[in-house]
Amino acid sequence: MLPLKTKDRPIVRALLAAGCCARCVLRFCCIGLQSAYRQTYEDLASELHAFVSDEEGDKPSDGAKQERPEDPPCKKARLETEQGDAEDGDGAGGTQPQPETDVDTAVSSTVCVVCLGVLQHYCDKTFAKKVSEVVTAEDYQFDSLVLSVSLPAQLSVREHSTWLLVKKQVREKGVCLGKDDVIQVKEAFKWIMNDLVSRELGVPVLAKSLFEVSVGFTHPETDGDCHFLATTCSDCFKPAKNKLSVFTRMAVVKALEKISEENFRRRFPCPPSRPSTGCAAQDVQCLHVSVFVAGRYNKFSRTLPQTPWVIDGERRMESSVEELITAPLLSSFRSEGFNFCSSGREDVDVRTLGNGRPFAVELLNPHRAQFSRAEMHQLQEAINSSSELIRVRDLQIVTRDAVAHMKEGEEDKTKSYGALIWTQRPIEKDDIEFINNIKELRIAQKTPLRVLHRRPLAVRQRLIHTMAASFLDAHHFHLNLRTQAGTYIKEFVHGDFGRTKPNLCELMNADTDILELDVESVDVDWPPAVED
Amino acid sequence: MESAEYRGTPSVIDRYFTRWYKTDLKGKPCEDHCILQHSNRICVITLAESHPILQKKKRIQSINYQISAGCSRLQNKVSGKSKRGGQFLTELAPLCRITSTDGEEYTIFSCIRGRLLEVNEDILKTPDLLLEKPSTEGYIAVILPKFEESKSITEGLLTRAEYEDVLLKRTGESKEPC
Repeated sequence: MLPLKTKDRPIVRALLAAGCCARCVLRFCCIGLQSAYRQTYEDLASELHAFVSDEEGDKPSDGAKQERPEDPPCKKARLETEQGDAEDGDGAGGTQPQPETDVDTAVSSTVCVVCLGVLQHYCDKTFAKKVSEVVTAEDYQFDSLVLSVSLPAQLSVREHSTWLLVKKQVREKGVCLGKDDVIQVKEAFKWIMNDLVSRELGVPVLAKSLFEVSVGFTHPETDGDCHFLATTCSDCFKPAKNKLSVFTRMAVVKALEKISEENFRRRFPCPPSRPSTGCAAQDVQCLHVSVFVAGRYNKFSRTLPQTPWVIDGERRMESSVEELITAPLLSSFRSEGFNFCSSGREDVDVRTLGNGRPFAVELLNPHRAQFSRAEMHQLQEAINSSSELIRVRDLQIVTRDAVAHMKEGEEDKTKSYGALIWTQRPIEKDDIEFINNIKELRIAQKTPLRVLHRRPLAVRQRLIHTMAASFLDAHHFHLNLRTQAGTYIKEFVHGDFGRTKPNLCELMNADTDILELDVESVDVDWPPAVED
Repeated sequence: MESAEYRGTPSVIDRYFTRWYKTDLKGKPCEDHCILQHSNRICVITLAESHPILQKKKRIQSINYQISAGCSRLQNKVSGKSKRGGQFLTELAPLCRITSTDGEEYTIFSCIRGRLLEVNEDILKTPDLLLEKPSTEGYIAVILPKFEESKSITEGLLTRAEYEDVLLKRTGESKEPC
């Protein structure tokens, strides 16, 4: 039974006359009873018809008990379109009652002027099946989903026009009704569809879920409906780079809040004109929220860049740390893409030894998102056995928020390096002894020439906490350094055209160069260690 | 120059830079410049080893980055990744004037089109850097060519081999080249 009251009758009549579908009538009557929307469209339409045509109050329409006999019989929806606005309500007593079937046909076969068919033709088991089939074919792993709906922006214009129609009725009847009380198309759609889709897929359809299934509707016939708003509220429609059209749903809603009722009525029909076509459904889109995988990596090669190295569209090196790590992840998580980030990065000719460098990979739209610890360990083994050039440890799934730990304090962490140094002047053991006594050396580094093309020019103060030199031969020694993160070691050694000061050349009073560099440790205590 | 065999590996300049030359700038004999272009397109302007200042081991009286009443290269400031605000230089834009103790004045030119990123202020305090380390600490300026011109800017310049040919010809033509 519909929870409609006598006072609703004129509104229902006016809406039906305007070409509103049965479900939109319920929405504008602010019916919040979800089950009312869930009955089949045909049942609802005939019940609604019964309600409006019930003049004696003896038909089983429970809201109609106190109905007065002077309420006119049903009006022919189609005939009413033109004059309906003028003689709405219960004023048009002279119209002949029409057979029920005729009204039913009018209500169900014509496209609703408000929802453009969304609540008429896309709120049934058939459409739920269609949506579910797409989801099933995509082969996602999920235990719940959220259904999201995207409606054409002009639907808001039509909703507004219809609301003005209802408001007029309400004013005449002295009933208090706010626009916020009207049930939104999206809400009604979900009330009906969540349940149907849930039954098809066998998982709950919730208000929030990691897995989102989107259905979208377009209605090209009425795309121009919004355009008049641009002349009345031009500041609501500012072009942006990533927008296809300025008439976004949000912009339209904002403009509708600003426009006066008089102005709106002058420029847009109230009730809205009747469309000849219904909305078209766009492709169903599935999206699983990103999964973040973190770990630490070693890089054992001096010819392996961290990320693909492309110059003028041509690849410079065969592979990269990023690719070696992400390839097995992409296939296991069946993800559509990734973002790789790490706590700093090393040059192509630098190895990363010790405990490795923390990294995190955002896996975009993963079709599988749940992995046990054992499965993650297997995945780690798969990465490690795929290449000798890198090694990964502590591989684990982390939260998006946790990834921030990797980046925070990147500047005040310390890093340890090992370097092979060449000196032009022949040296003896004693010549490098003094290096071991240098503590907390403050150096000023201009942005190195090798990165100046992509970073701002600045002078950065950095601390070299300790150094340890061990003699190799007359022109070579090994240098260990513990430095503040962000120190450019190569430039500290060769001086970068005197742009790092002091540099090792100055300290040694000899030309020095760096032949090999290894990162020995990145002192960031994230991600946590994973026991084997 | 240091030999690669002795070091075991090429020097920093050999590893990352390409040497380009422009000789007899503005028709003045032997006033040769060397342009070190990094693989990232950044250029460092230096004196070539054949420049009279180096050849004749001149003593430096002064170095002046004030190239006209209204323009000083010392005023050059760049900001951000895109290096906004840097002076834009054409091939024959003067970078600085160097006066030697014998009264000669030499003008150093940009040699390439691009945005001036920095000039070497250290040579103001320690002019000897220019003589002792002309291709490293004694550089004159750093210039960033436009991305789309990073290949074309070196078209009018000499390669190392071409430059060496020029030097050979000079010694052949006269006993006193400079």
